[in-house]
Amino acid sequence: MQQLNSRQCEALKLAIQQGLPLRPQPYLSLAQQLGLSEQAVIDTLQQWQTSGLIKRFGMVVNHHNIGYRANAMVVWDVPEDQVEQVAGQFSANDAVTLCYQRPRMLPHWPYNLFCMIHGRQRDTVLQQIDALVQRHDLQHLPHDVLFSTKQFKQCGGRYADTRIDARYG
Amino acid sequence: MPILASMPAMDDIDRNILNQLQRGFPIAEQPYKLAAEQLHIGEDELLQRLQAMLDEGVLTRFGPMFHAEHLGGGLSLVAMAIPEHDFERVAAIVNSFDQVAHNYAREHELNMWFVLATETAPEIDTVIAAIEEKTRYPAYNMPKQQEFFVGLHFEV
Repeated sequence: MQQLNSRQCEALKLAIQQGLPLRPQPYLSLAQQLGLSEQAVIDTLQQWQTSGLIKRFGMVVNHHNIGYRANAMVVWDVPEDQVEQVAGQFSANDAVTLCYQRPRMLPHWPYNLFCMIHGRQRDTVLQQIDALVQRHDLQHLPHDVLFSTKQFKQCGGRYADTRIDARYG
Repeated sequence: MPILASMPAMDDIDRNILNQLQRGFPIAEQPYKLAAEQLHIGEDELLQRLQAMLDEGVLTRFGPMFHAEHLGGGLSLVAMAIPEHDFERVAAIVNSFDQVAHNYAREHELNMWFVLATETAPEIDTVIAAIEEKTRYPAYNMPKQQEFFVGLHFEV
């Protein structure tokens, strides 16, 4: 396969950050724009997907606009040696849309495991959190639920937008 | 991005498209044709409906989401505790930074939460210092230490 040089890779990343062209052969459109072959674009994107440079490919939905209006950041204080296990339990749950380990900020902030739960209504989100606690016996873990009350800013520049998961919101 | 007073009108075909294409998209010569076949609709119809969903704000983007670390930029979550009387002023300052995205008010003593995305990793600390200086409140940097894979699906 044709390997792109680093300048061509950067150009392709930049071009595709605008979104995939809505044309029958979108990769050909990108290739023509950049003076590359269609096959080189396809091979490169596939390679990026395999290597993890591309985290996911497809549509990024605006969950707010499709009716997921309640979003809760649920934060947990989990002993270090249990983080993997608890995160694994969260990951298997459909209600959880993001899960990260982050540093505690003692004494202000004792929580080190963050997950996002999105739902149509606050009540259902709280029920989902309860169900999560019951199902995995997490009663012993201190946790807190931070609903968002107002959204001040949705996106940074386009460059940022391709890296930031819309599910933060 | 339009913030809609009501939900955009979606029919079963739209819902099908949303539910299927959140899972992934083909990287092949005619990807829309392949995806349309799976959805039992025509390629033209799929393209038109995707365009409409972008126009209506149902979709934020259609394309790849890059892994932040692999791109070499900085990305972090930052929290601040702002007294209510000063909240609007601080929000305006924070939002004036290009590197700030997804700023939310949340119910907690730490009541302002935003994502920072910078072109280089060291810039995160620079921007946080600038925010602290301009707002005169501490900002707590909580970069992710580990990301756990989760299902990434909004059923509609």
